[in-house]
Amino acid sequence: MSKVWQQAIIVGASSGIGAELAKQIAATGCKVALVARRENELRQLADGINQGSGQPLAFAYPHDVTCYEDVPGLFQQITRDLGGLDLIIYASGVMPRVEPNEYAFEKDHRMIEVNVLGAVAWLNEAAQRFERGGAGTLVGISSVAGDRGRRGSPVYGASKAFLNTYLESLRNRIARTGAAVVTVKPGPIDTPMTKGLDKMPFMIPAELAARQILAAARSRKNTAYVPGKWRAIMFIVRSIPSFIFKKMNF
Amino acid sequence: MSLSHPLSYTEPASLSEKTPEANLVPLSPMPTDRLERVWAWGMASSAMGYVYRPTTVEGIREVFALARERALCIGMRGAGRSYGDASLSAEHISLDLTRMTRILDWNPQTGLITVEPGVSIRQIWQYTIEDGWWPPVVSGTMFPTLGGAAAMNIHGKNNFKVGPIGSHIRQFEILLPTGELKACSREENSDLFHAAIGGFGMLGCFTSLTLQLKKVYSGLLNVTPVSVGNFTEMFRVFEERMEMADYLVGWVDCFGKGEGLGRGLIHQANYLRAGEDPQPAQTLRVENQELPDTFLGIFPKSIMWMLMKPFANNLGMKTVNFAKYHLSKRHSGHSIRQSHAGFAFLLDYVPNWKWAYKPGGLIQYQSFIPAAHAEEVFRAQLTLAQERGLVPYLGVFKRHRTDPFLMTHAVDGYSLALDFKVTAKNRQRLWNLAADMDKLVVAAGGRFYFAKDSTLRPESLTQYLQEERVQKFLALKRQCDPDNLLQTNLYRRLFTSE
Repeated sequence: MSKVWQQAIIVGASSGIGAELAKQIAATGCKVALVARRENELRQLADGINQGSGQPLAFAYPHDVTCYEDVPGLFQQITRDLGGLDLIIYASGVMPRVEPNEYAFEKDHRMIEVNVLGAVAWLNEAAQRFERGGAGTLVGISSVAGDRGRRGSPVYGASKAFLNTYLESLRNRIARTGAAVVTVKPGPIDTPMTKGLDKMPFMIPAELAARQILAAARSRKNTAYVPGKWRAIMFIVRSIPSFIFKKMNF
Repeated sequence: MSLSHPLSYTEPASLSEKTPEANLVPLSPMPTDRLERVWAWGMASSAMGYVYRPTTVEGIREVFALARERALCIGMRGAGRSYGDASLSAEHISLDLTRMTRILDWNPQTGLITVEPGVSIRQIWQYTIEDGWWPPVVSGTMFPTLGGAAAMNIHGKNNFKVGPIGSHIRQFEILLPTGELKACSREENSDLFHAAIGGFGMLGCFTSLTLQLKKVYSGLLNVTPVSVGNFTEMFRVFEERMEMADYLVGWVDCFGKGEGLGRGLIHQANYLRAGEDPQPAQTLRVENQELPDTFLGIFPKSIMWMLMKPFANNLGMKTVNFAKYHLSKRHSGHSIRQSHAGFAFLLDYVPNWKWAYKPGGLIQYQSFIPAAHAEEVFRAQLTLAQERGLVPYLGVFKRHRTDPFLMTHAVDGYSLALDFKVTAKNRQRLWNLAADMDKLVVAAGGRFYFAKDSTLRPESLTQYLQEERVQKFLALKRQCDPDNLLQTNLYRRLFTSE
């Protein structure tokens, strides 16, 4: 992959899709700021990338995305350390196991904080900057789960639906200046987040997902399903009328 | 990349160290509404920075204080006419001086003018010409500010005769990052005087400058074009005419090969003596200096860049250069009278002509070579560029002389300025070409010019300026700017081992 970006931020970089994205972006020679809560994992990842590339490309910024008030300062700090910014990917997300009859506000609260408010805190900063600068690529990792309110995960699905609408609005605000906003909707990906959950269909490895996400970002797609077949699947799922959907165990 | 405190002089993180520690206590954020994309004039690079545009010396002090408080650096910017990254300050503060545009004093008896740093060359000549005075040194465009012109120590087509603009600055006041306001001249703080002129904004911020203008007896110049078939003729004509000419500039058709390598057109210009112009009061009127509004009497200037765009490629430029060269032969040797502005500001005839180079922009590569080696180096540079398929669309040739400024770019010799179109595809090859051309320059004892530079590397810098001069400059910088507050992208590229 050739070097498309010079400086990138990955929020939620310590594991899963985020970590894979960080590795693949750094492999192009792009400087990348790794933002995540777990400091040890983050530093290991950064050291691994830097040793592998032979140059200091990855920088670790331990940060909890729910510390919203730290975001503007940290965002500026990172852009300064990197010397600029042309790509941000918000990959933080939590999906705790929720039973079909479980209504756990604690879990729901956490999902809204990380999947929604954290995204808004970070991507507002980035969108504002990209709009002023007339360039930049902003990527939000949403999910196919946001396309329909399934019985299994009311708040997870709703948090991703929020992200879809929020990202679409950002796109309509800033794309006209030259920036790009990409909504990524992965199906199940083999990551720590999906470990221990029930078997899921069409699971793909995180490495492959990251490659497809970056391809979508490079071509500045509006919405990308990962892998692509989910576009057709979700088209069908979205077309199922509610009077049928409510009877399905889907 | 340095993750250390940006204001310190410490070495940046090296590979042998572990992942650098980030500053984990975020500083209070800067106001986002100050964030702007700031472009290099050539549009081949840009940077986002927090832009402040003070109108008073007190305002500059406030920006210095803000930078110190937020641990940010400051890059100064005038009209932003440097081709490369000399006025960019990525992610830090951009101190834009274009609102400090007051003319503080003008004496039509002595020709001494004192101005704020944001006053442009255009403002100066329009203010003084009707009194019979013209700036002694001007660039090919009238838009640079005097502060920027002094910081870069610009030269004109008369560099061989009168030196750079610094040679005509009598005195200036400079606000140092330490807060001290220093008056400098050849007699007072002479070291700082000779280093801040040409010091590319790294020592302090000019707050006022006094320039000695040149008395002129007409608004017109005698201009003689001389067509030359190759570099040998180009050098010969320059050597012959240097004594008698007030201005000399050569245009080079960079597509010329073999026998025609370095072919082009020289323009010689001379001031009119007192009495030669029967109506000096008329020719010295500002409106008689204005550049034409239309091209060929038909096309409005403002759309000219669009008409140029289809030609901004190898085939188009080859054709344009070829036609210009062959048409110019017809006028060779026939003198005409041309206004000062018309002769001096060739780059202003077509507003925004650089837009023809969109979207990748352009860079200019200009090297200054001692006379003994100049022809051989320029031949080698142009041949190399042609071999690599990276032919400059414009070449400009000038004669220079040495001057007493510490960081001067001038040598007793010649310069060749080459405009290259930048594209996403050719960018890396272009930078490689520049690096190879740098070697020729360094080997010949040549120099470079920060106002033009985009491609130079730190190792070439120390080779051409020599360690001693660099250290002397940095020592002075530590004195004037102990916290290393003043930094631009160019400074970081060349003076820190990032």
